[in-house]
Amino acid sequence: MPKPQTAQQKQYQQRVNEKMPRSNTFSQCIRAFVSGGIICCIGQAVRDLGEGPLGLSQDDTAAFTAMVMVFLGATLTGLGIYDKIGTWAGAGSIVPITGFANSIVSPAMEFKREGFVMGVGAKLFSIAGPVLVYGVSASILVGLIAYLMR
Amino acid sequence: MDYLWAFLIGGGICVIGQLLISLTRLTPARILVVFVTAGVFLTALGLYEPLVELGGAGATVPLTGFGYSLGMGAIEGAMESGVIGAFTGGMKATAGGVSAAILFGYLNALIFTPKTKK
Repeated sequence: MPKPQTAQQKQYQQRVNEKMPRSNTFSQCIRAFVSGGIICCIGQAVRDLGEGPLGLSQDDTAAFTAMVMVFLGATLTGLGIYDKIGTWAGAGSIVPITGFANSIVSPAMEFKREGFVMGVGAKLFSIAGPVLVYGVSASILVGLIAYLMR
Repeated sequence: MDYLWAFLIGGGICVIGQLLISLTRLTPARILVVFVTAGVFLTALGLYEPLVELGGAGATVPLTGFGYSLGMGAIEGAMESGVIGAFTGGMKATAGGVSAAILFGYLNALIFTPKTKK
């Protein structure tokens, strides 16, 4: 229940609404689509490299692709390039696994001054931690259910 | 053809993420958690596998694909060695990516300092 506003507050609110940057959802979606698609095509190229010339097994190819993509995401973040891509790409740079790598490097870099253990070491997991907690827990649950229903 | 499907499916999954961010104001951290968890459960229901077969890296590179690896690993582990397998399978399947993320993340955080944003 919003409080009754004075004329001045109403005027202010109107001004805020005028000045607030209007995010264009449609153009953001196009950007996310194009950039996410390109990142996945790079991933496909890495996969083809693993399966073909390197002759890796199916499981090893999946691990190889994840490792290379994480390396690229982490290094581009370190170099400050990934954040520039991110301002254009939006979710296109967050949802791929390169974005997961970005979420690991960024806070760790930011909190370096708090030391190597509670700064870098702990902040590496400020976003990756929750992802692993929910992902791994869900996978165990699913595995147990699959075992019971076998 | 592989690349066209990888582009379409990967791009499509990112659009879902963008819609969640734009329309519900979910933070990127929550998006990542939602996508991994969704990937695990979609895999358990058998709905993600066809996407991986069609889209290749387009389905495995997004974080839902990380959930797919976790889920597949846990289910396969459970089938092979029961309860122990349900616990070890997911981590085993994703060990390469997680270990790489820790090492490369750590090294990059040590070497580089944040760039000032304009």
